[in-house]
Amino acid sequence: MGSIQLKSVRKEFGPVNVINGVDLSIENGEFAVFVGPSGCGKSTLLRLIAGLEDVTSGQVLIDAKDMTNVGPSQRGLAMVFQSYALYPHMSVRGNIAFALKMAGQSADAIDQKVRKAAATLNLTDYLDRKPRQLSGGQRQRVAIGRAIVREPKAFLFDEPLSNLDAALRVQMRVEIGELHEALKTTMIYVTHDQVEAMTMADKIVVLDRGSVAQVGSPLELYNKPNGLFVAGFIGSPTMNLIKGAPAAKRGAETIGIRPEHADVSTTAGEWPAKVRLAEHLGSDTFVHAEADGIGPLTLRLEGEAPLTPAQTIYVTPREAHLHRFDKDGRRID
Amino acid sequence: MAMKKSTGERIGITVLAWLVAFIIFFPILWTILTSFKSELDAISMPPKFLFFNWTLENYTEVQHRSNYLHYAWNSILLSIGANIVGLIFAIPAAWSMAFAPGKRTKDLLMWMLSTKMMPAVGVLVPLYLLFKNLGLLDSLFGIGLVLMLINLPLLIWMLYTYFKEIPNDILEAARMDGASLINEIVYVLTPMAVPGIASTMLLAIILSWNEAFWTLNLATSNAAPLTAFIASYSAPEGYFWAKLSAASTLAIAPILILGWFSQKQLVRGLTFGAVK
Repeated sequence: MGSIQLKSVRKEFGPVNVINGVDLSIENGEFAVFVGPSGCGKSTLLRLIAGLEDVTSGQVLIDAKDMTNVGPSQRGLAMVFQSYALYPHMSVRGNIAFALKMAGQSADAIDQKVRKAAATLNLTDYLDRKPRQLSGGQRQRVAIGRAIVREPKAFLFDEPLSNLDAALRVQMRVEIGELHEALKTTMIYVTHDQVEAMTMADKIVVLDRGSVAQVGSPLELYNKPNGLFVAGFIGSPTMNLIKGAPAAKRGAETIGIRPEHADVSTTAGEWPAKVRLAEHLGSDTFVHAEADGIGPLTLRLEGEAPLTPAQTIYVTPREAHLHRFDKDGRRID
Repeated sequence: MAMKKSTGERIGITVLAWLVAFIIFFPILWTILTSFKSELDAISMPPKFLFFNWTLENYTEVQHRSNYLHYAWNSILLSIGANIVGLIFAIPAAWSMAFAPGKRTKDLLMWMLSTKMMPAVGVLVPLYLLFKNLGLLDSLFGIGLVLMLINLPLLIWMLYTYFKEIPNDILEAARMDGASLINEIVYVLTPMAVPGIASTMLLAIILSWNEAFWTLNLATSNAAPLTAFIASYSAPEGYFWAKLSAASTLAIAPILILGWFSQKQLVRGLTFGAVK
C-alpha cells in the first residue's frame, strides 16, 4: 500500500511562502508527476512528503496514517536524488546494501536482496566498483537499486534524469516506466521537463508559485488546461496565446491554439502571416511566423513543408481545438 | 589566459623563492649545525658555518644527563592523545554547525575563535591554582586537558569547513535509508571526511607538540614533554648553546620528519576551501 494525502500543507522559509496550502491525493500504485517552472516549489513539496523538511502547517498522511511529525527513515519511503547522492566511499554493493544494514537484516538476506536488485538493473558486473568508476546512467541505476531494495510504500524521484544526456534520458525514462509497471508501487516524480511529465505520468500535478494550478491526466491537461499558466506550460512547442480582436470575436480575453491545431495555406486563411523561420525535423516542420495584428505564431506541420523565410502564409485555427480564457486567465468552457 | 613568463622572470622567481625558504629555514639549520659543534665553536666570532670540528659529544651529554625518551614519550602521548579526545568532541560539534545551524551558529564560531586571541598569560594564575587544588599539576591528564581545550576551536573550525564541502544530499540519502544520527556520522560523514580529519589532526598534533607556555608552567618532571626538556638546558650559569642546540634538535626532529612526509596533507589542510 502506498497512498499519500496532503491536507492544507504549507511551508514557509522565514517570511517566504514556498508552499501555499496544498491539498492533494495520490492513490496507491499511481505514477504522479509534479511539474512546474524552476522555483515553483515542486522539490520542496517532495521533500515535505519525504520528511526531509518540516511542514509549517497541514498534514502529510501515508496510507491514511498521519506522518507529519515522523522522521524520514520511519515513513517507509525511498528517494532518488537529482545528484544520485551515492556514498562515494562505498562500492555499488555497499550503496545498495546500506539501508538493509541500517534495518539490521542478516548478511545472507542482504546479499540475496542486493543480487536481485543488481540483476533487475543490469548492475551485477559492477557490484564491486566505486561510484566514481561508473557512468552517469550506471550511477542512476545504483540510486534506483538503493531505493528498490527497501521495498518502500512509495518511490520519490527528484529530477533524476536532469544530469543525463538526451539519449540516455529517453532510455532511462522508458526503464523507469517499465519499473513502475513491474513493481506497481506508488511513484512521485518531480521534473521541470513537461515531456517527461506527459510521457510517464498517470497523474500530473502542475505547480505554480507554491500552489497547485491543476491536477489531471496528461491528456486532460493537454486538452483542457484550466488556465493560461497550464495552457502555456504543457505542450511543446507551447500553445499560441492570442489577445485582441481574434479573441474578442470569440467572446474571450485570450484564445489559445496549439501549433498542430491550425491549418496553414499559401493562398487563403483567417490570419495572414510572414514566415520568420522554418525548422525541418523530417517528421515535422515547425514554422515560426509573425501574423499581422496578432504577433508571433508557432505552427507544426506534418512531414516536410517547403516554406521559406519572408514567405506569406495564411493561418486558420481549428475551432474545435480552440481554447478560450477570461480576463483572469481562467478557462471559459 | 595565463600570462607567459620569460625565462629570466622564472629564474628570478625561483631564486627569490629559494632565498625566502632559506631565510625561514635558517634558524633550524643553524640549530642543527650548532648541535654538532663544541661549546667554544658554538660561541666563536666570527661564527663558524660548516668548517669546524664536528662532534657528537653534545648528544652523548644530553642523553647522559636527562632521559630523552621519557620526554619524547610524554610529547607523543600528549600531542596524539589530547587531539584524539578533542576530535570526539569536535566532530559532533562541527556536524551540528555545518548541517543543523541555528541563528547563533556564526556568533558561536566567532566566539570560539576569539578565545584564541586572548593572551594565555591572562588565565595562567587562576588555571594554575585550579590545577593545584585538583592535584592536576605535573599530570598527563591535566596537561592533556589543557592541550585539548586550546586546540578545540581550531579542530571545530577546520572540521566545520570540511563538512561544509560535503554535499548535504548524501547525508539526506543516509537519513532516507534509515540511518540514525550516530550512524550518519559514523558510516557516512566520517569516512567521507577522512582526508579533512587527517589534515586537521596533523596540524593539531604539530601545534600541541610545540606548545611551550602551558607545558612549562604546569609540568615539571612526570608529565613534562620535550618543551620542558629543551628549557632545562638554560642554566643559571648561562646558555650552553651547543647542548641546547642538541636538545632542540632532538625535540624537533620527530615533528620535522612527520611534517616533511605529510606536507601535501598539511598544505591541503591549511588551504582547503580557500581555492575552489
